[in-house]
Amino acid sequence: MNFLEIFRSSILSLRANKVRTFLTMLGVIIGVFAVLSLVSLVRGVQNFVTDQFSALGSNLILVAPGRVGFDQDPGLAFANNKLTAENVDRINRDASQYIIGATPNMRLGKTIQYKTKRYLASLVGTNSNFLSITDLEIDYGRAFTKEEEITDAKVLVLGPDVKNELFGNRNPIGEKVKVGDTYMEVIGVLTSKGFNADERVIAPYTTLQKVFNTKNISGITIKAKDSDSIDKAMTEIEIALLQDLKDDEFTVLSQKDILSSIQSILSILSVGIGSVAAISLIVGGIGIMNIMLVSVTERIREIGLRKALGATSMTIGIQFLLESIMISIVGGSIGIFLGFAAAFAAQSFVRAEVPLWAVLLSFLFSVLTGVIFGTYPAIQASKKEPIEALRYE
Amino acid sequence: MPPLLKTINVVKEYDLGDVKIQALRGVSVEVNKGEFLAIVGKSGSGKSTLMHIMGLLDTPTSGEVIMNEINVTNYKEKDLARIRNKEIGFVFQSFNLLPRTSALDNVILPLKYSDVPRNTWRKKAEDMLNMVDLGNRMNNKSNELSGGQKQRVAIARALVNEPSIIFADEPTGNLDSKTGREITDLFSRLNEQGKTIILVTHDEDLAKIAKRQIIIKDGLLNGE
Ligand SMILES: Nc1ncnc2c1ncn2[C@@H]1O[C@H](COP(=O)(O)OP(=O)(O)O)[C@@H](O)[C@H]1O
Ligand SMILES: [Mg+2]
Repeated sequence: MNFLEIFRSSILSLRANKVRTFLTMLGVIIGVFAVLSLVSLVRGVQNFVTDQFSALGSNLILVAPGRVGFDQDPGLAFANNKLTAENVDRINRDASQYIIGATPNMRLGKTIQYKTKRYLASLVGTNSNFLSITDLEIDYGRAFTKEEEITDAKVLVLGPDVKNELFGNRNPIGEKVKVGDTYMEVIGVLTSKGFNADERVIAPYTTLQKVFNTKNISGITIKAKDSDSIDKAMTEIEIALLQDLKDDEFTVLSQKDILSSIQSILSILSVGIGSVAAISLIVGGIGIMNIMLVSVTERIREIGLRKALGATSMTIGIQFLLESIMISIVGGSIGIFLGFAAAFAAQSFVRAEVPLWAVLLSFLFSVLTGVIFGTYPAIQASKKEPIEALRYE
Repeated sequence: MPPLLKTINVVKEYDLGDVKIQALRGVSVEVNKGEFLAIVGKSGSGKSTLMHIMGLLDTPTSGEVIMNEINVTNYKEKDLARIRNKEIGFVFQSFNLLPRTSALDNVILPLKYSDVPRNTWRKKAEDMLNMVDLGNRMNNKSNELSGGQKQRVAIARALVNEPSIIFADEPTGNLDSKTGREITDLFSRLNEQGKTIILVTHDEDLAKIAKRQIIIKDGLLNGE
């Protein structure tokens, strides 16, 4: 019997037992599906983070208080925060060759109230340069001026979400909203950038320092002239800051660095989740082995008969092995198809995508499953003596 | 003319740990080409065991099996499989058809293990099914057939590779007497066409359709 004939026999016997074949396949289908859908979901999250970051603008450099690292308590860094507006002035002066501008950065979670409507917004304090540093744009109204920054003017620019929530379709320009106990005037509304950028309210940092009675700023945001200037700008910024601060009182980070470290964490996560899901593939493989072993017992008379008709142990073994491999290949393919379908369905929430490595890996894995877990039952089947098998009742 | 198949002093022992069962205690038989031989004996006398050894499905504990003057007793598994495929056809009491598989595919099965060219399989199987009067049932699944029809499919399967000898172990055991008669008539007809047939049965009346009977008792030949 040549290989092609054995192959045909395997297909015939799988087709003659459709329900059993499908149930055996189910383990592999679920396993491959789990791997692909989870990995593609993590991919979606990864894309989400990237999108968030690019919404902030490009070529950004951030200065954070304290030493930022995995072994540091971030709370401690903020408690010993030494960053002030003077540091920003010095950066603007000393690094001007490589940067477009620097702005102090304050972030406070505050409830904004207009009449009876309230909104918990992210209140951001910057200087009057913020439009050229971040990617934010004014939809209508205007941004605050240098003049207003110096005089701690009580003015605000609203993110589109905040505006919609508090004012609906009405024009908010000139209206007064209450921030904490202080009334401030709305002078502009930002263009929508998507994500949480739209939940922001921008005010002069000087105003926030005065209203909330604090001297410190939570960080400094700097925009480099172009991507080639980032490294030089970072060096200049470091030198500038060291004039006033000790080297463990601040950290200079590029947007790229932060993004790539988040990405690498997510990549590890995706491999981790993928491996956990791969366990379900192993379980699926054990399922194949189980059913194939049951099948060997159930088909013991068939094995005896085939041997009586001239099958050798080898042909019987290969037939059973091929049956397992085909189950896992077809199951794997269905799993891949369903994985793609799930990623496609998730597309309305996140930019989920199925990475090629995950497809190849899970397919390879499901074939291996068929080979590994099909071998033992195949050997069992081939070893049956024809008489022993035919006598079996 | 030398015998087609012969056994010399065949002994078969089953070792069940604490006891040894001697199913055959030295059996010598000769079967000539074209013969219709019945092996008769009570249940448990060793008929099937003898048939399995003669049909190369099993190996004797001692003694020899000679086929066409060749001693095949110590042949390897692969060679025995080839001889079973080409030279021997089996018909069993419980039919042993592949379930949920058409009559035609069941008859084709032995051809798959042979070197007969694939493009002739279908024709050969159809011819055999026509010969056993199942020409109109070829595409029925085995489980859609009656007992008698199943056994006729099994006979067609046993014949399809044109073997030189056919073994039938209690072929009417699962059939009513009328259907059983049809099956034994079929064997008589095949014998008239020149097939060598060995019928194993506990039924002395049934055995009478064979031209020669040998009686086996407690693993020994007990007369013709
Ligand atoms: N695999 C086996 N293991 C142990 N004893 C067996 C086995 N096969 C057959 N026997 C014994 O050998 C004897 C002959 O069996 P068998 O040839 O099947 O008898 P028959 O076909 O004449 O009814 C019986 O006693 C039976 O129990
Ligand atoms: Mg018997």
